[in-house]
Amino acid sequence: MANVDQQALFQFLLRMGDNTLVLGHRVSEWCGHAPVLEEDIALANTALDLIGQTQFWLGLAGEVEGKGQDADALAFRRDVWDFRNFLICEMPNGDFGQTLMRQFLFDAWASVTLAHLQKSSDERVAGIAAKASKEVAYHLERSSDTIVGLGDGTAESHDRMQAALEYLWPYVGEMFASDDVDANMVAAGIATDPAGLRGEFDAIITRVLTQATLNIPQSTFAHKGGRDGSIHTEHLGHLLTSMQWLQRVYPDASW
Amino acid sequence: MQNEWPLWEVFIRGQHGMSHRHVGSLHAPNAEMAVKNARDVYTRRNEGVSIWVVEAKHITATAPGDKGPLFEPSESKVYRHPTFYDIPDEVGHM
Repeated sequence: MANVDQQALFQFLLRMGDNTLVLGHRVSEWCGHAPVLEEDIALANTALDLIGQTQFWLGLAGEVEGKGQDADALAFRRDVWDFRNFLICEMPNGDFGQTLMRQFLFDAWASVTLAHLQKSSDERVAGIAAKASKEVAYHLERSSDTIVGLGDGTAESHDRMQAALEYLWPYVGEMFASDDVDANMVAAGIATDPAGLRGEFDAIITRVLTQATLNIPQSTFAHKGGRDGSIHTEHLGHLLTSMQWLQRVYPDASW
Repeated sequence: MQNEWPLWEVFIRGQHGMSHRHVGSLHAPNAEMAVKNARDVYTRRNEGVSIWVVEAKHITATAPGDKGPLFEPSESKVYRHPTFYDIPDEVGHM
């Protein structure tokens, strides 16, 4: 472990934890607003699973950083430019179909990524991945069913799902863009190169989206800037003002 | 309402060896989603190891108006309760 670049490992863990934190908060915004009670509870469960995974990823990130920050400090005391989540995680909920499409695309990425991370040379990373992958397997099963149900549903639900897919498609590429942090993780045997996971991801989404009678866009254009923090969308700042409100107004508040 | 999902009755087995018990109902578009919804609505606090769902319309029930002929005759048959036997102490709780 001594050979592992701790700064790169910290960045890698922030990326994992910020993805689940920001998406978890987004999904939690549906609480009390979903179209039916059953979906409301299902979305809240998903949000809680993601926040639970965040505690592990950011907890370990704080440990690796070694500056005394715990998961809460990392979640509530950083501002936009320090976040390392994919842009797709911070995209607004839109309608129910757009929320589910975002969830499905993320779940497919997460299931493929966590399967590989279970073989990580860092047993702390492998342990978190093993625990999270059981939750993600269920998330993916559920979001896939809903994508098929709505995509191959009525004319209106089909059109909304197709529009959601086209709206979110330019944010898929960032999940598989590799950089120096990834190269470091690959060299240390901690993680697999994201670029190499695209094939497995495409197999999942092609199967489900085809069954859902949706057309996968051909464009390879990809927005980027989330996972390296260079440029987030305008949506993240708004999300953080709501999520971090209490710590901003009452620093160190606890109960 | 035409667009309403059908109603499903949910049965959960709490632990291995116990029987499934009715815990409530929910709406879902099909059986698979009913199982998933039951998982999310009724097993959030580790309540179950197995889920059954059945569409409510498939349950045949007694009519409340028939309770006289159906149930009242058994009220006066106290001899059907095995309470007239002396149970030896060593048998323990029955």
